[in-house]
Amino acid sequence: MLELRSVTAGYDRRAPVVREASLTLAPGQALGLLGPSGCGKSTLARVAALLHRPDAGTLLLDGTPVRRWRHRAPREQRTAFGVVFQQPRLAADPRLRLADLIAEPLRATGRRDQIPGRVTELAEATGLTPDLLTRRPHEVSDGQLQRACLARALVLRPRILVCDEMTAMLDASTTAALVAAVERYRRETGAALLAVGHDRTLLDRWCDRTLHWHEVARSRADAPT
Amino acid sequence: MTRPGPLLTVRGLSVRFLMPGGRRIAAVTDARFEVASGECLALIGESGCGKSVLASALLGLLPANTETAGSARLGDLDLLTAGERTLARTVRGRRIGLIPQSPAAHLTPLRTVRSQLEETLAELTGVRGRAALREAAERAAQRAAFPPDHLDRHPHQLSGGLAQRAATALALAGDPPLLLADEPTTGLDRPLVERTVDELRRHIEADRDRALLMITHDLAAAERIADRVAVMYAGRIVELADAAAFFGTPGPRHPYSRGLLDALPDRAFTPIPGLPPELGDLPAGCAFAPRCPRADTSCTELPPLAGSVACHHPVRPPVPAATPENARA
Repeated sequence: MLELRSVTAGYDRRAPVVREASLTLAPGQALGLLGPSGCGKSTLARVAALLHRPDAGTLLLDGTPVRRWRHRAPREQRTAFGVVFQQPRLAADPRLRLADLIAEPLRATGRRDQIPGRVTELAEATGLTPDLLTRRPHEVSDGQLQRACLARALVLRPRILVCDEMTAMLDASTTAALVAAVERYRRETGAALLAVGHDRTLLDRWCDRTLHWHEVARSRADAPT
Repeated sequence: MTRPGPLLTVRGLSVRFLMPGGRRIAAVTDARFEVASGECLALIGESGCGKSVLASALLGLLPANTETAGSARLGDLDLLTAGERTLARTVRGRRIGLIPQSPAAHLTPLRTVRSQLEETLAELTGVRGRAALREAAERAAQRAAFPPDHLDRHPHQLSGGLAQRAATALALAGDPPLLLADEPTTGLDRPLVERTVDELRRHIEADRDRALLMITHDLAAAERIADRVAVMYAGRIVELADAAAFFGTPGPRHPYSRGLLDALPDRAFTPIPGLPPELGDLPAGCAFAPRCPRADTSCTELPPLAGSVACHHPVRPPVPAATPENARA
């Protein structure tokens, strides 16, 4: 269970990007968050995944208030989340082969023994063929790299998946394949999903419930100046 | 009124990248299509299928390690054999206007939109004099629905939609008969995608001598704008169809096209199984066969683009009126 209460966040305290946003993600729920480009939905997704410290407001993870963000967050809170970003090129270390990219979170949390098994499992779940696993990001397409980024997000078996415009750069077939892989994972594990995007047709098809940005946060126009 | 012949006629266009170690990447193979004045042809396919390479070939913008074959005739000029001098002085901007994938990266960051537009107009149209150029730039901005009061802004001060319009104004500056739009809507949100393609459409409707070749993986955008559709898979055009028939009834004929449409969230939302083949290691037969539900032994042989579809087992029998030659007649 993830609760955001009255979260205000941004990159300049005088001009926050997100104002007083609140939402609740129940265990196992798939929630879509819909808004136009530039509305602040990606910033809110980063706050929800503990990747950006808000200026004000509270975040509760299974009832426990989150006090620390990014690398300072306690490991059991941090690893509760799996995150997939819009642009796989910006989210992948260009030096790593895809197999190492997927295994990175296992390495970082001292679970090297699980690497061979988990990488094989997840490559299969995300539709990556074994020959792709030995390549580096510049040797694969955007769609193939995004499959690897999704595999990386799932490798620690997160309870909550945050997908920020995961498919915005991808063609229809790759989009359907990645969404199917997320849904298979959620069926197996009961994980919850926060899917952020601008495509209503996609979010309505994918999620149990889709909220529009103006139902979640105050718009910048309402803000006192 | 007699209809003019096609503006652009592409025949047997192939592009090979020569890689170190003698590897050859077959980015485009034997592409054949036309674009007539007043129409929009959407070239669709998954990322990495060779669509953007095809666009670069038409503009002579391929890197040095490429080999091309075939022809791409724009009027009496073959774009594939024309020299760099001809392309630079008579084609780019004058006969083909490019609307780029990421307009914000296409514009010069250090200069205002006005200064870039004036420079382009001076170069392409021969308008001289400060006042005349200023007026021409404002007219050009207006034509692309770019607000004149934003002309003195730098590219980073523009939203994605306005940057797209600035790039369109530049592409239209030399009044080129062919507009080539390479993924013009990537990264834009849905309302902006719709507005952008509606505006592109308007440039074709406003001047029936103009044509648009739009390269996109966004099927919804293609449906909104296109008169005809060319589907590309693994470097080959596998289907050419009338857009209304393709997106509506009776629907596409190639199993790959059918798979692409079925992947849309407002349709079956089911992916095509497997991954596209490597362009450096294509099978001898049909490249789609390993992913195709209709494949059988005949698919080890390459299907030619017969009529409007390159498949041994198209979904419906051919309709005599649907060949690319007379589909627009």
